[in-house]
Amino acid sequence: MNTLPDAERLLSALADKMRGAIAFDAKLVGIYSGGAWLAERLAQMIPGEHPVGYIDVSFYRDDYAERGLRPNPATTSLPFEVRSSRIILIDDVLYTGRSVRAAVNELFDYGRPQAIELAVLIDRGGRELPIEAAYVGARLAVARDASIVLQRRDDGTLALSLERAGDAGA
Amino acid sequence: MRNPQLNAGGELQHLLTLEGLPPEVIGRILDTAVPFVSIAEREVKKVPLLRGKTVFNLFFENSTRTRTTFEIAAKRLSADVINLNIGVPSTSKGETLLDTIDNLVAMNADMFIVRHAQSGAPHLIAQHLSATNKADIHVVNAGDGRHGHPTQGLLDLFTIRHYKREFRELTVAVVGDVLHSRVARSLIHGLTTMGTAEVRAIGPKTLLPTAVECLGVRVFHDMREGIAGCDVVVMLRLQSERMKGALLPSSGEYFKHYGLTLEKLKLAKSDAIVMHPGPMNRGVEIDSAVADGSHSVILPQVTFGIAVRMAVMSILAGS
Repeated sequence: MNTLPDAERLLSALADKMRGAIAFDAKLVGIYSGGAWLAERLAQMIPGEHPVGYIDVSFYRDDYAERGLRPNPATTSLPFEVRSSRIILIDDVLYTGRSVRAAVNELFDYGRPQAIELAVLIDRGGRELPIEAAYVGARLAVARDASIVLQRRDDGTLALSLERAGDAGA
Repeated sequence: MRNPQLNAGGELQHLLTLEGLPPEVIGRILDTAVPFVSIAEREVKKVPLLRGKTVFNLFFENSTRTRTTFEIAAKRLSADVINLNIGVPSTSKGETLLDTIDNLVAMNADMFIVRHAQSGAPHLIAQHLSATNKADIHVVNAGDGRHGHPTQGLLDLFTIRHYKREFRELTVAVVGDVLHSRVARSLIHGLTTMGTAEVRAIGPKTLLPTAVECLGVRVFHDMREGIAGCDVVVMLRLQSERMKGALLPSSGEYFKHYGLTLEKLKLAKSDAIVMHPGPMNRGVEIDSAVADGSHSVILPQVTFGIAVRMAVMSILAGS
């Protein structure tokens, strides 16, 4: 069963909202792994010079004490000065807000940005922290125990699926 | 019997030796170390993983490089680090090793980094912590006697994988004083666990342990023969201070037969890398032209050592 909207259509909707709204020199920083794919695609869809960076929040997660370090963390790579930059943080699903909190903390360890905004493909509600996205592809309500997972097909297009009782995303 | 380094869930609880550690556990440490390398290049060289934790560096034997890199690693993980260099004076007051540990446990230690001249000392501490219901305190072996130096073995593996990728396609030579070298033992166990195609031990009979073949290595007494076709050459320090009796005629004689020169290195593969755990004896086991030459990855080993120790500590503290 898959009643989720088409990821490519949501991506177009998100790009429409960001086009003209984000700074001409804004840097796009995708949170691994879904946000990283979105950042690459958005950089091609939005006019202007938008360098892409990637962030892995494994070393900044607040559930480390309970769950330990996740296997195979990726390398954060920000190939530009964070100091004084305008940054658009990009994630696939905004849920509790904890990943975004971790990403903001990590960004500040690279320097003091001029501004950080948040863009997400899906906002599913359920926030546990005072965090909101400036650009949203769609708002969706799903069961608490379900995870919305973004996948990238071999041809580079994106797709969404629903996983029950999983714990990915957040 | 369960591996004393792993908890009931198969996660790493202590790091005491590489011997018997599953390849997945070693692989996970190496994978986790990759993103830690780049932290040294940032404005703030710290991540908050071990914030609020207290790490004790317990060094019953001298060390500069290992102690410093453990200290930097713990600090970059935001831990509080206490360095204790426990030499002969304090043990002569009569306190036993385990009494020292109990006192530090009473100070709310979260992790012990232990170097000791006696093989097995870190294992003894880990057993004692389990027996006293303090199994949530982690122990890392930073070198025990002639037994092992697992984080050095791991950083050597990390360095080899960084430059050479697949262990299954590699021929690695470990050259020199294998007899006194815990570094060599840890590296050999690590290399064989990771499926290295061929591991060679090269040295004079007096400096290779009896039946060293049992570790899964090919033995060579002639260096030119042993080094031929190697992808990686690991030079060991000649540990003169540990030598009792006449194992060698002279260091000059040793250099002539087993010192790595550019001329001998030509027998290895043209893209071979040269490693050394440090500290180096220039002109004894390695010629300066090699140590400072284009094949040498001796200084990157030190840099990678910090990332590997960060990976070990963050995996342990989260288990």
